[in-house]
Formats: sequence, structure tokens, C-alpha cells
Amino acid sequence: MKDKQVKKLAMTVLAWLVAGAVFFPIFWMLLTAFKSEIDAVSVPPKLFFAPTLENYVAVSQRADYFKFAWNSVAISLGSTILGLLLAIPAAYAMSFFPSPRTKDTLLWMLSTKMMPAVGVLVPIYILFRDSGLLDTRSGLIILYTLSNLPIVVWMLYSFFKELPKEILEAARMDGAGPFEQMLLLIMPLSAPGIASTALLSIILCWNEAFWSLNLSAAKAAPLTAYIASFSSPEGLFWAKLSAASTLAVVPILIFGWLTQKQLVRGLTFGAVK
Amino acid sequence: MASQAVTPPLAGGGRAVRTLPLVGPSVGVLLVWMIVPLAMTLWFSLQRYNLLSPAEKVFSGLENYKFLLTDPSLFTAMGHTLQLVGAVLVLSVVLGTLFAILFDQDFYGQGVARLFVIAPFFVMPTVSALIWKNLLMHPENGLFAFITSSLGLGVIDWFTNYPLTAIIIVVAWQWVPFATLILLTAIQSLSGEQVEAARMDGAKPLSMFWFIILPHLLRPITVVVMIETIFLLTVFAEILVTTSGGPGDATTTLTYLIYLRALVEWDVGGASAGGVIAIVLANIVAFFLVRTVARNLDT
Amino acid sequence: MHSLPRLFALAALAAVSTLAAAQTKLTIATVNNSDMIIMQKLSPKFEQATGIKLDWVVLEENALRQKVTTDIATKGGSFDIITIGAYETPIWGKKGWLVPVDDLGADYDYADILEPVKNGLSSEGKLYAVPFYAESSFTFYRKDLFEKAGLKMPEQPNYDEIKTFADKLTDPKAGIYGICLRGKPGWGENMAYLTTLVNSNGGKWFDQKWQPQLTSPEWKQSLAFYVDLMKRDGPKGATANGHNENRALFATGKCAMWIDATSAAGYIFNPKDSQVADKTWFAKSPTGTFKGGSGWAWAWALGIPTSSKQSAEAKKFLKWATSKEYIVMVGESQGWVSAPPGTRKSTYANENYKKAAPFADVVLAAILAADPTKATRDPVPYTGVQFVAIPEFQGIGTTVGQSVAAALAGSQTVDQALATAQAAAERTMKQAGYIK
Repeated sequence: MKDKQVKKLAMTVLAWLVAGAVFFPIFWMLLTAFKSEIDAVSVPPKLFFAPTLENYVAVSQRADYFKFAWNSVAISLGSTILGLLLAIPAAYAMSFFPSPRTKDTLLWMLSTKMMPAVGVLVPIYILFRDSGLLDTRSGLIILYTLSNLPIVVWMLYSFFKELPKEILEAARMDGAGPFEQMLLLIMPLSAPGIASTALLSIILCWNEAFWSLNLSAAKAAPLTAYIASFSSPEGLFWAKLSAASTLAVVPILIFGWLTQKQLVRGLTFGAVK
Repeated sequence: MASQAVTPPLAGGGRAVRTLPLVGPSVGVLLVWMIVPLAMTLWFSLQRYNLLSPAEKVFSGLENYKFLLTDPSLFTAMGHTLQLVGAVLVLSVVLGTLFAILFDQDFYGQGVARLFVIAPFFVMPTVSALIWKNLLMHPENGLFAFITSSLGLGVIDWFTNYPLTAIIIVVAWQWVPFATLILLTAIQSLSGEQVEAARMDGAKPLSMFWFIILPHLLRPITVVVMIETIFLLTVFAEILVTTSGGPGDATTTLTYLIYLRALVEWDVGGASAGGVIAIVLANIVAFFLVRTVARNLDT
Repeated sequence: MHSLPRLFALAALAAVSTLAAAQTKLTIATVNNSDMIIMQKLSPKFEQATGIKLDWVVLEENALRQKVTTDIATKGGSFDIITIGAYETPIWGKKGWLVPVDDLGADYDYADILEPVKNGLSSEGKLYAVPFYAESSFTFYRKDLFEKAGLKMPEQPNYDEIKTFADKLTDPKAGIYGICLRGKPGWGENMAYLTTLVNSNGGKWFDQKWQPQLTSPEWKQSLAFYVDLMKRDGPKGATANGHNENRALFATGKCAMWIDATSAAGYIFNPKDSQVADKTWFAKSPTGTFKGGSGWAWAWALGIPTSSKQSAEAKKFLKWATSKEYIVMVGESQGWVSAPPGTRKSTYANENYKKAAPFADVVLAAILAADPTKATRDPVPYTGVQFVAIPEFQGIGTTVGQSVAAALAGSQTVDQALATAQAAAERTMKQAGYIK
């Protein structure tokens, strides 16, 4: 019994050392967000200091911070909703009425996710310019929906497959058509699954940093671009960068923590359960 | 009726009509998304086309490819890409496996510790890069500089002298948690009975690791490797906000090189040729990933 | 088929959400230098006076240039007002990408603008951008450190003297670097300085046949000098230091000397921003064997892309932000030492300015002396002191800048870096058709 206790303690120390080391940069960022700029760059770095909210105030007073944040929110939500609109019917059809081609379709969808964004940077840029979608939220929404559609379809498919087919039978016998079935039966039953899929989509859109940096300039730039503008700013900026980063990162962190298990499913296309 | 779970509900044509409009939109948009940009990339790669002088676009055949393949910076970029992807993969798999085993153990505060160790994966790449570059690795006021100089070890100017290593550290910090998350989930799905049976047979921890855990993890590790490869090939933001590909071209990867050609030099033709090469490389990896997932679909 | 109409409705909703409000809104892109930050701070006065709202996009220099160039070349239409310089303006004006701004009214007093500055922003007689501030380059130095070491900075130093001073004044224990110079890669960052160094040593970017000269003895000498000097007497992590970073270093007392833009003098002289306000003085930019081409010629100006649909309103802002009245407003609200320098004769005739900015005459002399047509020892097919006025220079300058940074970082030798740079420059010039 003693052995087990010792082992547990040893594991606790080791595991927390690792967890602490890995989490440390985030912790340091959170801490710096509450320092004054002078404290933030002080050598030796301060662990104890007079905390201040001035950075959060400064960041939110710059009117453009809210523009960037709103863009991130609008783009993530818009893309997620659009994606779900496309994916729910598709996943419904493929999970409840599979055909020999279903597997191929799913695998083909997976393969479209494998295309590296940089390979099509040029045509997308030119297409967007010619259709007036450059630096627009709609443009990024469409792009993200397409990028994430394979993952969204896959996750919904794997959730729907867990539902027993018998309930569909019962519904159809009551005269429900496909849309009634989807809306009134499938979606409520797999609400947790749909919720985690939506959260995964939001996380992927929020953190996306290739298209958002290259296809936006002023009007549609999301938080990724706002933070990128700190790469060589005027004067001391570490504390403001930390404050802005904290605001940008914490919501997603929480989403991620809430949906860990489903994320594994979605991100590995169901290969790991 | 209920037992025929896989049979289509209506005979023949009825089913085809019913599922097509449901699956159609998704498949349709993805098809357009695949084909149109791909075709355009191919088309542009055959032209001499500079965005700043669009009127002087002219068909030039394989000239861009010739220019690209004789450009030493292409091979340097591919080399750096390989280094970046390779290093992060090795770190992910090794550390991911070790962490996964560690966090599978019984210890106090497991839930919270687990949250801490997977957190970096959810942090925006621009935030990670700037936090590491400024708060931690800055040679004057950064935390690392303080720690090493207090220990009398001097100061490492990461982004000047070891830029690629610095980028690898930043990227690995984001992806090791991903690997840990996946592998931890996989270990926890390892049937408790198998483990108990092995332990009752007197198996030592090391042999348990080699003969039970590792084989079980082989499939998830493969998936992790392939997924990370796909995403690591397009690492961009971290390089943009820290080194802009430099100093020199020390941190220019294939992705960054294409970005430079496209949006800094406005050489659409050259960038498209580079894009084609990137797509070919990614597809090779994708082929294997798709096969693995396909096998999983059947089980 | 319900999903299709829903899809369209959603897309329409998304599009509607991106439409601007009914009020006129001008999107202005600018660089994050202190004078522009002041402009942003004072802009509510413009908004109140005209009812036009301003949407600010403030970026660091390299990023700003990239975004603005991409937008204007592809007619993206994202910006109504852009902050561009003496490099882009004539080229883009000639291409018809900028709206001519000769029509801001007689009360704008075009004759008051300094001639070289006006010429630098014109093409074929038309003015394409109005100067917000203009600058040349000179040497900032700490007279207190010089006194303590018994050294005297001449009015026109040469590079040998600079090297001697830097070696003597470097004091790592006291946290003083002998000299701070730009190291951040970019055609407008490290290459701006390095080009003046090359000019001073008799070098040039291209010969009369447009052949790049990056492996010439003058370039080798210049790069070797720069790398050695920075290694011995420069700050750590110099490859990340652009103008802003070096200014912060000098202002917090870490540098004994700094060769950079005259426009930073106001900031350094302002006790609110700088710890060395009363300890700094100025000398001309150092020369080498060639006496010209050492002080650069630059102006940051406001222009209007032809793709903007609100050029009339945009012109109102241009007029407001670069008028005599604006300069007076900055002087009175922020302190005369922070008035935007280098654009108007009236600024330099103003007693308040002269009193608050004792360096004014040195700056004016430097600006008037910088001649983009006579910046090199040998005749060359291009104009520009610290840049080459061809469209390809943005790409070439930045690539070469990366190689220079590699040499500074020590990851490549001077010869390797120059060879790489030369190869890249040759490729681009060939591809662009300058060299057959």
C-alpha cells in the first residue's frame, strides 16, 4: 500500500512539473498582462508586482481592437453556421442511408483537407480580388467553411452513426420527411455532438493564421492580424501584447478544454476514439 | 425492417434521388474548391505574370519551373521545411508518448494537469510566436536570458543565432500537446482488462510498454504523424511575425518561400510553380493518411 | 431543397453585415511612427470639424508597405488614404495608381513646401502625395559620454572616426553600446542605412547597364565594416532592431551613437519620451571617400489610390493633416519639439519651433543637401539616395536586406552573403528584363 502511495506522489510531482513547464508560457503571458510596461520589460523579471488593469483599458480603448475581435467572432460563427448547414444534411444522408459510394465520398472529402493552403494562395487571392471578396468577412467565411467542411462532415457523421436507426423508422412511419427527421429528431438527439463540432469549427477558424493574414487588410482583419501587428510596434508593448493576447486566447482555451474528447475524434477523422 | 439497418429504405431510384440533394451541396462546393484553384495554379505556373504589371502577362511554358528548380533557395527552403517538420514530428511523437503515459497514471489533480498540458494547442499561432520571441527568448529582457545569465551561462540570442531552432521550439510547443491529447485518449481506450491481465501475469512496466502499449499506440501515432505533417507543411504565421524568413533565408520554408514570391515579389508565375510542388508533396503524405483512415472506416 | 435558399439568405446576411454605415468613412493606412501616432491622436478634431469618420490601420513599416503595395497594385480598394514615401510616390504616380493632389486650394500654400521634398513626391510635374514629414539622416551622439571620454565629434565625421569613437565608448558593464545601427531586414530598414554607407565608400547598386554591383570591392568593404562594427560595439539581437527599436534603445540611454532619421530628433529631444533629451547632440551623417550620398532623402506622405471612391473627402484629410495649421496645432498641443519636421519653410521660420528644436537648422540643411540625382561617386542609371527608384527595388532590397542580416547574425560570411544577394538581384533584374 505504501508503495502505491509513494508512486502516486512521485507521479504527481513529475506530472505537475511537466504540466507546469508546458503551461508556463501561457501563465507568463497572463501575468504580464497585468504588469505595467516598465515592469513587463524589467530585468530581473518580476514575479511579484503591483497589478494593473491599464493594459486591458488601453487595448480596449483603441477602437480598432473591437473591430478585430468582432471580425474574429463574425467570421468564426458565420463559417461554423454555414458549415453546419451544408454538413448536417450530408452527414445525415451518409450515416443513415449509406451506399457503396459513401465511403469513397467521405475519403475524398478527407483528401480535400490535405491540400496545402499555400499551393492555392495565388489563385484564391486573384479570385477574391476579381470578385471583390478581398478583405471582406464574407470572403473569409466562405474560405473557412470550405477548409473545415471535411472535418465538420466527418465529426457529424461519426456522431450520427451512433444513433440507432430504429428511431428513424418510427419517425418515417409517422410520415416525417427527411427534413423533419433531421430537425426534430436527429439534431436534438445529437445536440452534444453537434455542439462539439461547432466548437471545433470555431476554434479552427479563430486560430487560422494563413488566410486571415494574407487576405485581409483593414475591414475584415481578425484578431490574428491584430496580434501580428505587434511584431514591431511603437515603444514598449509587451504588457499590451499580453493583454490583447489574453483576451484573444482565453475563450478558445476554455472551448478547447470543454471539448477535448470530441476534438480528438474530429481532428483525427475518427481514426482515434 | 429494423434488422436491415444498412439497406436503403426505398428501392433503387428512390434512394438515389433522396440522398443526392442532401450530400450534393457539400460535395459540390468541395469539388469547386478543389478543382478551380488547382486548375488556376497550374495555369498560372505556366505564365510569366507579375501582379504589378498585369498587362504584360505572357505564356511561358515551363520557364517558371526551370527558374524555380535551378534556384538554390528552393532546395534550401525544402531543406528547412524538412528540418522543421521532422524535428517537430520527432518531438511530438516522443514527448507525446511519454506525456501520454505519464498522464495516464494515477496522481493528484489529474484533470487540471491534463488541461494545462494540452492548453498550448489552442493558442493562436501569432500569440505563441510573439510571446516566445519577446517575453521568453528576448536577449535583453526575456526570461530565458535572465535565467541563463544568472546562472553565469551567458545569453543565447535565439532568433539571431538559432532562428530555425527557435521556430521549431515555438511550433513544437503548440503541437506536442496535440500529440499528447491524441495519444492519451488512445491509451485510455486501451482495454483495462488487457493491462490487468498482463500485470497479473507479472509483466514489468517496461515490457508492458513495449508489448502492450506501444503496439496499441502505433495506429494513433501514425495518424498523429500524418495529420501533423499536413498542418506543419503550412506553418506560416510563426515565421512571419518573428523572422520573416531570415536572417538570410535561415527560416524560409517552402510555404514561406511561396508566400514571398507571391505577395512580396508579386511573381504569380513563380509562386504558382512553387505551389504545384507543395501540392504534390502534400498529396504523397495525404495518400497514406487516407488509406489509414479508410482502414479504420471498415472496422 | 430548403438548404439552398437558406444558404443564399445567410450569405446575403453576411454580405450586408460588411456594408459600411451611411456616414462617410475613410480607411487610412499608416506606419506606427510617433508622428503618425500623434496624427491619429489629433484626428478626432478633423472628425468633429467635417463629420467624416476615420478607420485607422496602423502597421509597422515592412507590413504596411506590403499591404499597401499589394492593395494598390491589385486595385483591391481597401484604403482611401495611404501613407507612402518618396520611393513609391513617383513610380505609382506615373503608373496612374495615385490621384494627383495639386488641387487642395491656394490656402494650402504649395510654395511653402520645401522644393526637394515636393520634387521627390512628383512625377512629370504633377504632385501625387502631400508630405506629412520629411527627413534626412544624421548622427545622434551623447555629448556627455563624449565629454567623459575626452572625445570631440566633428561637424562632419568620417567613418574612421566613427569606428574609433565607437570602440572607445563601448562599455558593456555600464550597458552602453558604442553605436546602434539598423539591422532589421527590409529595403526601408537596414538597407536604407547600408546604402548610404555603400555610397560613402564610392559604391553603387547598379552600373549603367543595370548589372548589380553587390560583389564589388565597395560593397565588400561596406558590409565588412558594418558587420565588424556591430559585432564589436553594437547591441545584442541587432537583426531585430529597426528604426523603432533603435530609437527606444537610444532614448533609454543604451547607445553612444546612432545614425538614423532626422525625424527622430524631436522624440529624442522631448524629455517626456526620452531619458537623454538634454544629453544629445547631432553631427552630419558620416562620409567616406565620397562626400555625397551619405544623408538620405525621405518623406512620408499621404496619397489617395485611384481605386478609392471617396477621393474628394480623402483630399480634405490630406489638406488638414499636412497644412501649416496642423503643424501649429501639434506644436501647441504636444510641444513644439514634436512638430512634424522637414516639410514647410514656415516651420523653420517659426520662432517657437526654433527654440524648442535647436537641431532644426542642422536638419533643414541635411534635407536641402540630400540630392537623389547625385548620390553616387560613379554615374548610375537610377535616382535615389538610400533606395533605387525602380519598382523591382522593393523585392530586391528586401532580399538583399535578408542576406545582410544573415552576415550580421554571423550565419553567413560577408562574401557568402554578398554572393547570395548578387545572385538573387541578378535573377530578378533578368526576369524583369533590365538585363538581357
